[in-house]
Amino acid sequence: MSALFTIHGGAFLALCSMALASYLCRVGGVWLMDHLPPSPPLKRALQALPGSIILATVLPLGMKGGVSALCGLAAALLIMILTRKDLAALSCGMLVVIALRQWGF
Amino acid sequence: MSLSAPPHTPPPYAPITWRGLWTGLRLVLPLLPGISVFGAAFGAGAAHTGLTLAEAVLSSGLVFAGAAQLVSLALWQQDWTLASVLAITLVVFAINARMILMGAALHHWIKTAPPRWRWISLFLFTDANWIVGMRYHAEGGRDYGIFIGAGLTLWSLWVVVTIPGYLLGSLIGDPHVWALDMIMPMIFVTMLVPLWNNLSATGRSGFLALVPWGVAALTGLAVNAMLDGYSFIVVGALSGALTSALLPGGERA
Repeated sequence: MSALFTIHGGAFLALCSMALASYLCRVGGVWLMDHLPPSPPLKRALQALPGSIILATVLPLGMKGGVSALCGLAAALLIMILTRKDLAALSCGMLVVIALRQWGF
Repeated sequence: MSLSAPPHTPPPYAPITWRGLWTGLRLVLPLLPGISVFGAAFGAGAAHTGLTLAEAVLSSGLVFAGAAQLVSLALWQQDWTLASVLAITLVVFAINARMILMGAALHHWIKTAPPRWRWISLFLFTDANWIVGMRYHAEGGRDYGIFIGAGLTLWSLWVVVTIPGYLLGSLIGDPHVWALDMIMPMIFVTMLVPLWNNLSATGRSGFLALVPWGVAALTGLAVNAMLDGYSFIVVGALSGALTSALLPGGERA
């Protein structure tokens, strides 16, 4: 039982190093924007950035997830456009993926 | 009034209120079921890989990044060397590099945080409170308590669900069947609709406004087809932002 609560030295070091890398990612963009001089092109880049992050994440992960994933994402998007309710969109999307995968898609 | 104000007065810092912390909690509620299962799946994977319970909980508490934690299990060692620590660190950095871009995209709000809360609160920065924060700020909200309240809720839940996941992991079975790989993309896709307004703020109209998003999507797909790993997120997102910078904008840009 006590083995559950052991933290090995090497594992601790690895976890701290992973935590530091994650924290640098969390603050990196904010720090960078503190130091970049504002300009109209930079402003336009930032306006397109959130949607670009989302699309560049969602579509490739949808492709990796197969037909079921793409149908689920489409369902979530459709429900969101129609109702604007996150929870409804999220749960419908997940249910579509799970259902299709149960049936072997 | 405005004439007598000094020209370079810095803007006042955003408030942090109890009400804001509570609202932050409320705004992430719809995301919690999915995130709980995701966190439990990490716990289960950690047990399977041979981490101790304490190490699994520490990973959730310190690293606090689902995809990176799950992938790190594939690189987990029983005997660590400097090289293997470096390798796992680089992989975690690569997967989380998207947060560099998210931080830049939310900088206009984060910069208004009171200085002593700013760098601490960023420890809680993750996909879900980025999404919630983008929307809240776009709708006119300014209370920085939302960012912290949402982050604390997500962090506490994430650490706690690691434990039952670790102990009862065999009950979850195959994560693919439960669509755990789709939780983050699903959360992201629901955000696309409210972001539409943000895009038209570039001053471009109609089809032209969608070009940067299209470039980001196509580049992401192309990079994903050519390279392993998660580089498609950062490369795709940067190409969309760069396209928007290079395209002419309207007068408001």
